[in-house]
Amino acid sequence: MIESIRGRSLLSLNELSKDAILEVLDTAESFVEVNRRTIKKVPALKGRVVASLFFEESTRTRLSFETAAKRLSADVLSLAVASSSVKKGESLRDTIATIDALGIDAVVMRHRSSGAALQVSRYVPHVKVINGGDGQHQHPTQGLLDAFTIRQVLSERHDTTGLESGAELFEGLRILIVGDIRHSRVARSDVAAYATLGAEVRLCAPGTLLPEGVSTWPATVVEDFDEALAWADVVGLLRLQSERGSGAFVASLDEFTFTHGLTVGRSTLLKPETLIMHPGPMNRGVEIDSRVVDSSAAIVERQVSNGVPIRMAVLYLCVAGSGEGPGL
Amino acid sequence: MSALVIRQGLVVGVHASDVADVLIIDGHIAEVAPTIDAPSDAYELDARDCWVGPGFVDLHTHLREPGRESAETIESGARAGALGGYCALVAMPNTEPALDSVALVSYVLERGARTPLDVAVAGAITKDRRGESLAPMAEMAALGVRLFTDDGVGVQDPSVMRRALTYARPLGVRLAQHCEDEALAAGGTMNEGALSGRLGLTGRPALAEELMVMRDIELVRLTGSALHFLHLSTARSLELVLAARAEGLPVTFEVAPHHFTLDESACANYDPVFKVHPPLRAANDVEALRAALARGVVDAVATDHAPHAPELKDLVFDEAPAGMLGLEHAASLTFEALGDAADPATFFQVLSRGPARVAQLRRGDDRFRHSAHGGDVSVGEDANLTVFDPTCEWVVDRHELASRSMNTPYDARAMTGRVRATIARGRLVVDQGHLT
Repeated sequence: MIESIRGRSLLSLNELSKDAILEVLDTAESFVEVNRRTIKKVPALKGRVVASLFFEESTRTRLSFETAAKRLSADVLSLAVASSSVKKGESLRDTIATIDALGIDAVVMRHRSSGAALQVSRYVPHVKVINGGDGQHQHPTQGLLDAFTIRQVLSERHDTTGLESGAELFEGLRILIVGDIRHSRVARSDVAAYATLGAEVRLCAPGTLLPEGVSTWPATVVEDFDEALAWADVVGLLRLQSERGSGAFVASLDEFTFTHGLTVGRSTLLKPETLIMHPGPMNRGVEIDSRVVDSSAAIVERQVSNGVPIRMAVLYLCVAGSGEGPGL
Repeated sequence: MSALVIRQGLVVGVHASDVADVLIIDGHIAEVAPTIDAPSDAYELDARDCWVGPGFVDLHTHLREPGRESAETIESGARAGALGGYCALVAMPNTEPALDSVALVSYVLERGARTPLDVAVAGAITKDRRGESLAPMAEMAALGVRLFTDDGVGVQDPSVMRRALTYARPLGVRLAQHCEDEALAAGGTMNEGALSGRLGLTGRPALAEELMVMRDIELVRLTGSALHFLHLSTARSLELVLAARAEGLPVTFEVAPHHFTLDESACANYDPVFKVHPPLRAANDVEALRAALARGVVDAVATDHAPHAPELKDLVFDEAPAGMLGLEHAASLTFEALGDAADPATFFQVLSRGPARVAQLRRGDDRFRHSAHGGDVSVGEDANLTVFDPTCEWVVDRHELASRSMNTPYDARAMTGRVRATIARGRLVVDQGHLT
């Protein structure tokens, strides 16, 4: 168990303790306030260099990380993979060695292969590696921002603050995760974060989209989607990852919508206070109906805007480590 | 005249093991006796506390030549083999191009004959190992090829495999199968299970191996042809093949050291050095393999020595090629796996006598320029002998390997037992653990 990510790499949420997760959420609370200022910049990582290496397409995560790093006053080196030597057959090890030779403190990386971030942390042990998504393995900052968003919304409802509520609001919270869990790094990080914080997690998916060994996960698999919707306090939907071959795991997108899509009809089964989440990008009309996305129960935009403070918190804790305060 | 005397080792014969001297003159065993009055110019090799037995035979060596000489050559592979105690290697046909013709087989035999070891060839079953049409097995058999396989992959189409078995039977050769149904194993990079699910890696299920084992046992029953099962890795595969053998079907099998020393948990750090096909399995599979070894029911330990140049192996896990080195550590790992009761007869059975029988190398054949392997340690036998020191403690250093590649999963591992000397075709090629 990792008790704090201070001065470490962040590769996965599986090994983080409850305190380690809360430390990130609590740190992010203070950065929310920074993001509301006219001048949204603090000197916490002034003089530090953060490399942003996205070997796989990404819009929101990349923008979110780079914005976070800049608001902490870090210098950002951004590798445009499409025009880089990676396309000329350079290995991951050589690419990292080259970037490292420029003098960097941290790498934020996304890669299509599971484990790539962990491999990089072995290649350059002195550099903090922040996993921005590796294959079907983990997407830790997404798991953290999802937990953060739930806590933020529920705290508002309970007329308290995230800082005060700690992990209290997760105790017994009923969270349902639906869809392509097998191929989803977000699901793996979400389950780890939610279960560690004390929530009760259920998973619902076509049998072919459940991962191997799901019975060993800190979650329960349920078959009746309608019943699960009525049970849930939070519903997390996942994108059907057809680019990872998920298409072959179900008969058709239509049939997926028929069995596991959050349609307008099914949304009537939800309790009025139930929150609907989606890590994006959404396939409107497949896993979720457009009208449901645009309803007040959906907190998808909150998730997106919380991306920046969570990533500021992670960068700050991992890179600044145990030094001085963030200099707010 | 060249003479060599091995002094006071435990000589592990077919029927008994006794401490004795062994005198070798001009490539043959000239005398075995409690003490021998050797010629004065004989090289003296002290084998006290060591085991002296028939030289090891590897049924499963990827020598990479022709095509991938940056990973290994026949020459470097033979050096690695000699250090591992091997006197004969069977070169696998998944080279580039594949060993599916007289010309290519001749090339490897020719290169092999320049090494101190006997290098036999396993020819491809199908042209270019595509699993579609039969390779010229009869022509290759005429060059002395006794084993055929498409290893790297199994023959997927059951009708092609049936035809190959039927075709091979009158040729007096044996087919060998890499059992994995590629449709079930598709895209898999490690053993399928809870760990692969957690790591987000696509699994190669045990069933992919077991289904092909089941299918091929039935094809053997149908055709009556002999079949050797390569690198069996699951408990169920062993059960199936042992049951078939007990029924009297002409089946044999091998296990690889990595499958009986490492389990799937080694993949948890995504280090591609642990990626291999079939994959490292669950802990209970490893236990089943070790138990079978200790019970003496395994026909052969075979290395599946698979060198890969660092720049091609050290990639992200799902893109790295499968395979790991084996020749230089197999004997130590086998000794360890046999456990406290390690019996020298079983040890030489699985590393020499069993594989020599499968490869049909028991009798020497001048036409094919190879000597006899896996026999008794007695007067008149060809001098292919391995001297193994069961007490030697050592640590693996991947930078010190004779192989051209470094992809051993055992780097920095402490080992017990080590090959002290290898005598191949009467020549001392390894002495004191070093190439002469």
